[in-house]
Amino acid sequence: MIVGLSGDEAVAYGVKQADVDIVAAYPITPQTIIVEKFSEFYDNGEVDTEFVPVESEHSALSACVGASAAGARAFTATASQGLALMHEIVYIASGLRLPIVMAVVNRALSAPINIHGDHSDMMAERDSGWIQIFVEDAQEAYDATLQSFRIAEDLNVQLPVMYGLDGFTISHTLQRVEMFEDLKALDFVGRRELAKVRIFDKLVDYALDPENPLSLGPLSLPDYYFEHKRQQEEAIYRSSETIKKINEEFGEISGRYYGNGLIELYRIEDADLSIICMGSTAGTTKEVIDRLRADGKKVGLIKVRTFRPFPKDDILKGIRGLKGVAVLDRSGSYGGIGGPLFGDVRNAINDLKGEKPLILNYIYGLGGRDITMEMIKGIYDDLESEEKHDLVSYVGLRS
Amino acid sequence: MSEEDRNWRELPLGATWRSSCEYLTGDWRTEHPIIDQEVCTRCLICFMYCPEGAIKWDEEKNLVSIDYDYCKGCGICADECPRKCIEMKRDE
Repeated sequence: MIVGLSGDEAVAYGVKQADVDIVAAYPITPQTIIVEKFSEFYDNGEVDTEFVPVESEHSALSACVGASAAGARAFTATASQGLALMHEIVYIASGLRLPIVMAVVNRALSAPINIHGDHSDMMAERDSGWIQIFVEDAQEAYDATLQSFRIAEDLNVQLPVMYGLDGFTISHTLQRVEMFEDLKALDFVGRRELAKVRIFDKLVDYALDPENPLSLGPLSLPDYYFEHKRQQEEAIYRSSETIKKINEEFGEISGRYYGNGLIELYRIEDADLSIICMGSTAGTTKEVIDRLRADGKKVGLIKVRTFRPFPKDDILKGIRGLKGVAVLDRSGSYGGIGGPLFGDVRNAINDLKGEKPLILNYIYGLGGRDITMEMIKGIYDDLESEEKHDLVSYVGLRS
Repeated sequence: MSEEDRNWRELPLGATWRSSCEYLTGDWRTEHPIIDQEVCTRCLICFMYCPEGAIKWDEEKNLVSIDYDYCKGCGICADECPRKCIEMKRDE
């Protein structure tokens, strides 16, 4: 079925088709349409989901933690300040290994107050232990919704997933979206299966059950905290394999593959120069590449889809043989060395055997500042030029 | 393998541990409440206020009692009791 949907609506339809048990959310621009649309489904009796209109985002995620701990399929959505308010519970959800799914409609953080798209909200949760995916368009927002439940609830993963769609650019723009029939979507997502935990010699469901009481989130002091966190770290590393597998499976039924699920390489095979970026800018970059290729320029793109787990080896494979790499960051790391994506890519390049490419950082689009095709072409030109480069430059900044 | 020696690979998911019923938090206490059953009217205000759920009410025997396995001795029950029939005594 082909429909015209905004990114937010696409998410709401995905959540509806995934037959979630509970949605607890608080409205915030530019996420509002997700919750509005879903409450319409609820009011029309189209879903039998428990809808919890909470009084804050802190409570929204707390409600999801409780529901997920009881074995339910839980979803929430937020943006910017809302995600910041959830911060405390974000770490609890991943530490408790609860497979909650959250759509984040990426929006700049205050101050100054701004409602438009950039990646600073999700970057503030970078080290929280959640799987983080950035999508390119409304279609991928819908697809990532369905995939995220599978990834989070996979018995080898058992981690929460947040996926980001650029505020307004994706969330409020009407696009062509291919949807599954309800049954086909549900068949792909399946039902949530509970993980098992061994308590002494007894194997029990990892869920709150008065008949088989177990403690969730007990005290873990210097004697055990370290082991628990190491275990959590291993889980997110290992989730890469599951994400790849689910990407394949999804591709087989939809015809839509997102690279290997972790990164997508676009016209990189014989390229000399490449951009590395995330989110909607990847779409604009592909268009620029097609035009530059028509003029004989050897340019390509590495689109990072999962920022966490960070696909180091896949990115290195893409980078091998390139002369120059431009890493685009839609958020800053104030007082650090360039943006957060740049930091990780530059760190990864240290493991590259042989000659290393020139690697530069371009900060762009903060607070929803437009990134045009002309600007992206300018980045390739800058990367190609023989002049002395700044390690970090700012695209579209008045200077 | 003893319970204490589990390494990071062997620990159960999400820091799950045994049931919290097994943690007898009563030994954190320095004072314990004693109910004067003669004066107590079974209003159950102490039962409602106890943050630990350590006050038990036996409906059949019409008896309110303290579960000393879990009572941490915070004294909220004694403070809230309208008849002032709960006394906090120092533990031996």
